[in-house]
Amino acid sequence: MDKKYVKKEMQVKALENGTVIDHIPANKLFKVVEILQLEQISNEVTIGNNLASKRMGTKGIIKVANRFFESKEINRIALIAPNAKINIIRDYQVTEKRIITLPDHFKGIVKCVNPKCITNNEVMEPRYNVISKSPLVLKCPYCEREIREEELQLL
Amino acid sequence: MSYPSLVSIADYSKEQMLHILELAAGFESNPNQNILQGKVAATLFFEPSTRTRLSFETAINRLGGRVIGFSDAATSSSTKGETLRDTIKMVSNYADIIIMRHFLEGAARYATEVTDIPIINAGDGANQHPTQTMLDLYSIQKTQGRLDNLKVVMVGDLKYGRTVHSLLMALKYFSPVFYFIAPEELLMPNEYKLICRENNIPYYENSNFEPEIIEQADILYMTRIQRERFTDLVEYEKVKNVYILHNHMLDKSKNNLRILHPLPRVNEISQDVDDNPKAYYFEQARNGLYVRQAIISHALGLV
Ligand SMILES: [Zn+2]
Repeated sequence: MDKKYVKKEMQVKALENGTVIDHIPANKLFKVVEILQLEQISNEVTIGNNLASKRMGTKGIIKVANRFFESKEINRIALIAPNAKINIIRDYQVTEKRIITLPDHFKGIVKCVNPKCITNNEVMEPRYNVISKSPLVLKCPYCEREIREEELQLL
Repeated sequence: MSYPSLVSIADYSKEQMLHILELAAGFESNPNQNILQGKVAATLFFEPSTRTRLSFETAINRLGGRVIGFSDAATSSSTKGETLRDTIKMVSNYADIIIMRHFLEGAARYATEVTDIPIINAGDGANQHPTQTMLDLYSIQKTQGRLDNLKVVMVGDLKYGRTVHSLLMALKYFSPVFYFIAPEELLMPNEYKLICRENNIPYYENSNFEPEIIEQADILYMTRIQRERFTDLVEYEKVKNVYILHNHMLDKSKNNLRILHPLPRVNEISQDVDDNPKAYYFEQARNGLYVRQAIISHALGLV
């Protein structure tokens, strides 16, 4: 068996049906778990982190059995893991590969950087408009502050 | 249907701005009308601003409307921990329109999301104060006879000064030329210079406030430099007296030049300028009345 085959077997074969999220930056893995609210589901979840990756050095991987995320849900991780790969598995086969795309508008996930913003002082969910995807620039539609990638603070 | 609330100057298109200015001119020639008869306006000032509140309340009273509200957060239920959402929902039961000033940025935008009645933003922290911008625009049009192709010199705190940012956003439709005169620490932010470039608007930056620049100007927009904006107080002491307008600096200025200031001023316009016919800041404040009459009647769909 060649090495590539072994690797593939380790990552995918265990999952009969479900979703594999691969190529997550190792330091963002638990944020992805949080954003997808995986701690609240009863499905079988397998998490690997600090795995060797040719492309990334180290990476994280998440496998969720019998769960097929909607694009809308999965795109929420675009802010922190824009290059993650999503494989949908059915009957041990990769039946669909999805690319994560950052939506033009989204709710929650990050905190507005402006402490005087209404979103940081009222019980409410913040929302953002994506002004630029690369480099990442968000705009809070309430206080109208622009937020750059290096300023991002997750909720 | 057009969006009846006014939260940010960017909510108005060029056409809507021109329409409001036209309506305001009508109110200036006839400020006492009964168009708001039977209407109740709420003025919710979570942060006190007597000047702005009196201007709005006069506008409503002269149009025959009635006013309810509070003038600072200490007398409002928000001190008892009530959320903004609940206050807005409660007041929406009583009033036809809400005029609000809040110390938090984005408060007025959020208010539009929890009620169906129109919200007029009378200032949300350092963010927006669109009725000020409309009165600035009205003052410019009234004194110059036009809005197009004007040379506008902005002086003072261009970094944090929301009035100059909003004025820039409003004037971008009218092919201006801008001169930004500010100390190193308070320069016009890049996002606004980018907007100028995107709209092919020439701008010049200078940290010296010189009569040669004033000589070119049609509008000289002065702002206050606040000590609390400086991290380095030595720097503040250095610049605090550099951006002051004295009457002699206007000697060679154009006849049509008018000096604007959002008020209150501290010392950035010397008192000897007040008697110069080019000083316009007190009339400018009065124009706020007509512009607010126009904005309120428009938001209620009455004009
Ligand atoms: Zn914000």
